[in-house]
Amino acid sequence: MTAHPAGGRSAHRRPARSRPRRARGLAGWLFVLPALAFYAVFVLRPVTLTFQYSLYDWNGIGASTWVGLANYGKVFTEPDLFDSLVNAFQLIVFFSAVPVVLGLAIAATIRRIAASRLALVARTVLFLPQVIPLVAAGIAWSWLLASTGVVNQLLTLVGLGGVTRAWLGDFATALPAVGMIGAWVLLGLCTLLLLAGMSKIDPALYEAARLDGAGPWREFVSITVPSLRQEIAVCVTVTVIAALASFDIIYIATQGGPGNTTMVPGLQIFYLAFSEREVGTASALAMVLMLLVIACALPIQWFAKDGNK
Amino acid sequence: MITARREAWTGRLLLILMMAVTLLPFVSLFVTALHPSGTYPAGLAWPGDPQWGNFLRAFEAANMGALLWSSVLIVLGVVPLSILLGTMAGFALGHLRLVGGRVVFLLFVLGLTLPFEGIITPLYYQIRDMGLLNTRWAIILPLIGLFMPFSVFWMRAHFVNMPGELSESARMDGANVWQLFRRIHVPLAMPAISSLGILLFLWTWNQFLLAIVLVDDPAKRTMSGALGAFQGQWGTDIPLLCAGSLLILTPTLVIFLIFQRHFVKALLQGSLKG
Repeated sequence: MTAHPAGGRSAHRRPARSRPRRARGLAGWLFVLPALAFYAVFVLRPVTLTFQYSLYDWNGIGASTWVGLANYGKVFTEPDLFDSLVNAFQLIVFFSAVPVVLGLAIAATIRRIAASRLALVARTVLFLPQVIPLVAAGIAWSWLLASTGVVNQLLTLVGLGGVTRAWLGDFATALPAVGMIGAWVLLGLCTLLLLAGMSKIDPALYEAARLDGAGPWREFVSITVPSLRQEIAVCVTVTVIAALASFDIIYIATQGGPGNTTMVPGLQIFYLAFSEREVGTASALAMVLMLLVIACALPIQWFAKDGNK
Repeated sequence: MITARREAWTGRLLLILMMAVTLLPFVSLFVTALHPSGTYPAGLAWPGDPQWGNFLRAFEAANMGALLWSSVLIVLGVVPLSILLGTMAGFALGHLRLVGGRVVFLLFVLGLTLPFEGIITPLYYQIRDMGLLNTRWAIILPLIGLFMPFSVFWMRAHFVNMPGELSESARMDGANVWQLFRRIHVPLAMPAISSLGILLFLWTWNQFLLAIVLVDDPAKRTMSGALGAFQGQWGTDIPLLCAGSLLILTPTLVIFLIFQRHFVKALLQGSLKG
């Protein structure tokens, strides 16, 4: 472990305080230790075990055989497994793109009335999807999207009776339908985050733009979006992780069906490990999922940091 | 002036539309829950004879009393201890400038984005070997570990901004590290701690994956996990399922409405930092 010279900045005062500092260092570690212990036992150890399992063929009960990277080969070649990764990336469109783009548009529109009583009520209402269990959202939406559900009722009402169907049971629409549930859950959060960010933008910027003859669209592109760099990055990170690691909604709404059209890595890991007893394959997929999430989250963070410094 | 007023009206309209879309699932659950049990109501239609009794039946069918108690026990097991450990570690890593502290902090940060599915398989075998399967400990202990990255990260962000002079003067008065922490820094950290508490409460209460994998008996699960079982059992009786779902999401809803200001603040800050 490399020792960081944390006290280096106050070097001139150091000799007189070196003993208490070391004592404090020891006491300090006692403060960190309990948290680290829980983290090590219930997170770090399982992560290393996931990696270890991923190198074996194991049914969870009997003996295990070393298979090297074969399980990873399976993840990328077996259509059932690979499709779950593809589906997760398609879900990003609905979980991230829809809430962020719509959220931006909505926040920009309601910016002027952000302090009104209506907006205060809206703040509470729009947060509801964040507060309730995703399972409940899944149940409510399965019913809304059913063949006799409200969505079809509304479509018929506006003369689109021809497109009605059981949205979650149709091979072509199941994935977008599940995606819309995610968009519903995340839209409010994104809108409010972006709105909070907009309230910090200096109004003088907008006045200057107006004087230069900029229209609302120009304002939006040249002032609003660049100023919200950090908030947008946060929305994208949160929603991308929600898409890649989705489980609850899909478990309740479709269980991965029809066929495999809404299967996602999280659910696939669950089935592989606990129904099909292919612990090795499940673990390889789990490793891929964890790495994918980090690979997606890190660049977004860097992107946000760059803008600040 | 005219454009500004028109913008304000479009804004209002948009807000109302958004609220309608957000509330639609709740309204649909409520209306459907009032239909005679066993029927397949078509869309949003107020029943001719509202069956208020469905809520009572769902309360009994879902064994709501036991579920509430179980969730409360799990929250009591997870939240206070997570807050304490997270605050202590955040204090040490943010304020005491430990040698090697950065490495440990980075280790915690790596866990911030960890999807729970990534470790659920070994966690199952680990909990089984500890003899804790089908007990509430199977949910409580791993959740504390899983919440550590965020708790430490969150509390460190608070302590990093506390001025060093504060501790210096306390040390002059002869306070040791624990007294410094307990008497001076914890009281000052209360806003950060209460936001953390709200977030942890919500995440524990709504935890689903750990509950369905590690605990078979719905009466020992979180509310959310129990709802999964309820759906499996009553999934064909739509009005009853809707009534049950509404009942199960009521507790968080009530607590949210009581503490809504804190909630909104905590959730906004929480996602900004996380």
